[in-house]
Amino acid sequence: MGDFLYMETTFEKELNKRILVLDGAMGTMIQRYKLQEFDFREGWFENHDKSLKGNNDLLSLTRPQIIKDIHAAYLEAGADILETNTFSGTWIAQADYNLEKYVYDINYYSAKIAKEVAEEFTKKDPYKPRFVAGSMGPTNRTASLSPDVNNPGFRAISYDQLVDAYKEQAKALIDGGVDILLVETVFDTLNAKAALFAIQEVFDELNKKIPIMVSGTITDASGRTLSGQTTEAFLVSLEHAPITSIGLNCALGAKQLRPYLQTLSSKANISVSAHPNAGLPNEFGEYDQSPNDMASQIEVFLKEGLLNIIGGCCGTSPDHIKAIAEIATKYSPRKQNELAYE
Amino acid sequence: MSKTSHILKLSGLEPLIVTEHTNFVNIGERTNVTGSKKFLRLIKEEKFDEALDVARNQVEGGAQILDVNMDEGMIDGKESMVTFLNLIAAEPDIARIPIMIDSSKWEIIEAGLKCVQGKGVVNSISLKEGKEKFIEQATKVKRYGAAVIVMAFDEDGQADTYERRIEICKKSYDILVDVVGFTPSDIIFDPNIFPVATGIDEHNNYAVDFFNATKWIKENLPGAKVSGGVSNVSFSFRGNNVVREAMHSAFLYHAIKHGMDMGIVNPAMLEIYDDIPKELLDKVEDVLLNRKPNATEILLEYAESVKGTGKKREVNLDWRNDPIQDRITHALVKGITEFIEEDVEECRQQLDRPLQVIEGPLMTGMNVVGDLFGEGKMFLPQVVKSARVMKKAVAYLNPFIEAEKDGGTSANGKILLATVKGDVHDIGKNIVGVVLGCNNYDIIDLGVMVPKEKIIEAAVKENVDIIGLSGLITPSLDEMVDVAKDLELSGLSVPLLIGGATTSRVHTAVKIEENYTKGQVVHVLDASRSVTVTDKLLGDNKQDYIKNLKADYQKVRENHAKKRAQKRLVSYADAKANKFKIDWQNETIVKPNLIGEQVFNHFSLEEIRPYIDWTPFFQTWELAGRFPKILEDKIVGEEAKKLYADANNMLDKIISENWLQAKAIIGIWPANSFNDDDIEATVDGERVHFHHLRQQTAKAKDLPNFSLADFIAPKETGKQDYLGGFVVTAGIGIEEHIKRFEEDHDDYNSIMLKALADRLAEAFAELMHEKVRKEYWGYSTGESLDNEGLIKEEYQGIRPAPGYPACPDHTEKVTLFKALNVEKNIGVSLTDSLAMYPAASVSGFYFANSQAKYFGLGKIADDQVESIAERKGKPKEEMERWLSPVIN
Repeated sequence: MGDFLYMETTFEKELNKRILVLDGAMGTMIQRYKLQEFDFREGWFENHDKSLKGNNDLLSLTRPQIIKDIHAAYLEAGADILETNTFSGTWIAQADYNLEKYVYDINYYSAKIAKEVAEEFTKKDPYKPRFVAGSMGPTNRTASLSPDVNNPGFRAISYDQLVDAYKEQAKALIDGGVDILLVETVFDTLNAKAALFAIQEVFDELNKKIPIMVSGTITDASGRTLSGQTTEAFLVSLEHAPITSIGLNCALGAKQLRPYLQTLSSKANISVSAHPNAGLPNEFGEYDQSPNDMASQIEVFLKEGLLNIIGGCCGTSPDHIKAIAEIATKYSPRKQNELAYE
Repeated sequence: MSKTSHILKLSGLEPLIVTEHTNFVNIGERTNVTGSKKFLRLIKEEKFDEALDVARNQVEGGAQILDVNMDEGMIDGKESMVTFLNLIAAEPDIARIPIMIDSSKWEIIEAGLKCVQGKGVVNSISLKEGKEKFIEQATKVKRYGAAVIVMAFDEDGQADTYERRIEICKKSYDILVDVVGFTPSDIIFDPNIFPVATGIDEHNNYAVDFFNATKWIKENLPGAKVSGGVSNVSFSFRGNNVVREAMHSAFLYHAIKHGMDMGIVNPAMLEIYDDIPKELLDKVEDVLLNRKPNATEILLEYAESVKGTGKKREVNLDWRNDPIQDRITHALVKGITEFIEEDVEECRQQLDRPLQVIEGPLMTGMNVVGDLFGEGKMFLPQVVKSARVMKKAVAYLNPFIEAEKDGGTSANGKILLATVKGDVHDIGKNIVGVVLGCNNYDIIDLGVMVPKEKIIEAAVKENVDIIGLSGLITPSLDEMVDVAKDLELSGLSVPLLIGGATTSRVHTAVKIEENYTKGQVVHVLDASRSVTVTDKLLGDNKQDYIKNLKADYQKVRENHAKKRAQKRLVSYADAKANKFKIDWQNETIVKPNLIGEQVFNHFSLEEIRPYIDWTPFFQTWELAGRFPKILEDKIVGEEAKKLYADANNMLDKIISENWLQAKAIIGIWPANSFNDDDIEATVDGERVHFHHLRQQTAKAKDLPNFSLADFIAPKETGKQDYLGGFVVTAGIGIEEHIKRFEEDHDDYNSIMLKALADRLAEAFAELMHEKVRKEYWGYSTGESLDNEGLIKEEYQGIRPAPGYPACPDHTEKVTLFKALNVEKNIGVSLTDSLAMYPAASVSGFYFANSQAKYFGLGKIADDQVESIAERKGKPKEEMERWLSPVIN
């Protein structure tokens, strides 16, 4: 199915053997360190004219040890795949902080430190190889929705701009050594299409190809993405790209995701992933689902054989991942559909 | 993937999956500036709201893909494409279908591809600018994520012969698949629809070449699809819409038969194939199929004589003079809403109840629509229009139906209806809603495409009594299974009704029922049955009803499992090991009031008469339908009524003139099973052995291999059980009357008398069984069933007859007759072939156990034949003869 000859990677081999576990939330963990403005600046942006607190991706540069510790905690908990700390690592997202020109550094160093931690763990236990997925977030702009209700034809970002931004990010992540690219939290499928277009351009330029994971976000009980697509339409829209897995993350807890994962599992000819939130936020906007509660909800669909990859999104911690990883060892990965619909 | 997928998957906000089984996919073409002057004007004047209305009308009219074309010298094609596609993205009712980006300019196509989040179609690319350009564009299309239409066009020009068409398509396909790595099912060929009847001889075979090229592509280029712009074919007849519409329909009819998957068609320029006047159709097909050398001249000449301009011609209202049913059917088939209310009103005046208008004339019309659609003679947009007419008619009738309801009394129950996720068909569901509604049920209709979460949420919130699921397409079957599974998890226990064209009793029994054990699942065959079902499910005797349903579905599952097992037999020993197990230690066995035999001479026929089950009587006369509904049947109703009257006249005479005598003998004996399949009864101090056969087909998990002996406590349990036997007849004295009729050459009354005697005998058996349950055995003293309940066997215990499915061994009759001394007691004898005489007799056993049920023995193997011969003390060859129908 590929554009050029391509060897199956270790990641893909492992995927056939067992359910792989993706790590949990980065933001939740960073919050525990109660970091201050200076933590986001030291050594890199000390004289920058904008407040940087909350721009978590920068910590890979300014506080790499914290990020490495978090990565290590997730691997310790049993995660197979780390996500790089690059969710907002595009010039589009960094434009709010006037840090467009640091995008390459953010992605390159984030990939590098994650890879270091992963290799350390793989060395300790070669039978459980650990992987690094370069996280490519949705940006804060949508290509098929207008931010202005009175002007529905208007677009705050173009496809070409998205391709440009994602190319820069993808190249830096690959240079930094990631094993996988993860286009995630897709709420506008056109953004994801641009990301996949960009990645393929980078593959062509580097004459290299690595596995791609895609994960969309079903915003609410309507069962649709923010841009209005049903789960199946989302799948159909992205299947043309050489992706290894498709899945869903964020917005919903495990229980709420189940029906949409059933759809993906029955219709997709590739692997299926999920990294749900730790339940739905409580009235304070906090995620308070316990690791065991979350794991038992996840167990329902692991038992059904819906997934190949499972992890956590907002509100999840190493404890959650530990509980999930324990459950995951009990079940076989989802079997690939030969050809759905036939 | 070694196998080529033939499935084309596209998406807007929702998926469009085109499989080999998909009907013709209709591409909306009014949003094309080259084809619609109105749309061009709207774009030029930047009246985008109105332009969006054009798109919306296309979607509502049944377009499944929306073709957008902005190729016009007077406008900026690229900018117009981007603006319009961005606006469409903000309109969910339009954006739900995939977009076809239609342009001859690559830069417009590429700009369009950057605007659609779904998987659309590029229309088109071709080899006309050479292989290199073709590869470059195809690679881009693939990377953007779209399917592609490939024109049969190369550097030498457009393909206009069969050979050129297939040569270019083959070449294009090979490049796309082998060089570009394009998914074969994402390739759609447009093998060029050219005008025919142009007066140029070279053009005469254009349509035929297209048909044949289509066929060739579908057979030789795996996965590829075929599309085309249909209106081109009739270009020579511009201005004559009568001919054009006929040509479009006839062309489509043949193209689809040859494998065309989709096309650009203006539904307003399409006649229904069957409605094309024969004379015109012949001439059109002569041209399209190039059947006659002078076909063009003939059609041109004929076209001159056809006045008017097709759909826009002065509306022909001749059909308004037709009978009412024809008018309604015409309106539905043609999708004309104009007169439907007055026609429906006319029906309403004529019929007793407004509901009958729906059940009668409207459904008749919709069936015609369904048939035409099924035969490929109507297309989706037309069917959508028909549905619109139907809905309008139903809406008109609704107030009358509402008014008819009892205002004061409270509702019978609350029923939630939903067409399941993925399915949009709701006509059947709406009819069910209307039918139930006018039977005083509260209806909560969740509409179409309802996800299971929503169904359950609403069921809980509204505290409904019953959930009804509807679906027309096959995938809905799986969705219903999923709903059942989630219902089970939800803790609800309300009954679940399953209905819709593809649903079936078998699917319900095999796939759905077992997934939802907390509530009863019922398959409802059609809307007319829904009330009976809901009344029963919520009525006083619901437990009996449910028990029977469960038994019925169990039978269905067994039959299904049997079929699947393809008569695979297990050894007799294994079959016995898998016997039906009753927990005898906890079983209460009622000691019969009568132990021994009881003879009934001269039983009152008057008393038997109400027990007659009339349905088989009509079957005897080859009139299909259930009594008493059959009397009102449209086709056979009149005949059935006459027959029923004659039968009752004769019955009056049989009774008043004592034509027949009814006699019976019953016996109830202490009994226990032994050796798994034998029953030992103590008759008048003597031990009598009955020998039964055991199912030997391989069973699905948890399904036992039944034997009648399973329903009697085995000796080793130490529990005293009982077995009954009976013979009844209503045929004593029949000969002289038969003779009388035959001498009179009156076959009608002769057959009538025999049929009635048979019915009386069966009725008598039913009556005696009731007496046994309530009095002589007395295990069911509180039972109170009407005749319908009896016919449906809503009681405890069974009365299997030797020679019938549970007990196909006729030789058991010999033992039974001996035990009851039948011939002496009531004058019924056995013939050499063990038939009873008089024929109007019934014999059998009584099993009282609450778990006893009817089953079919199915096939048995040699090891069991050997065993039964030995147990009966008969030569194996003799048993083989008696049992030959059931020996594998």
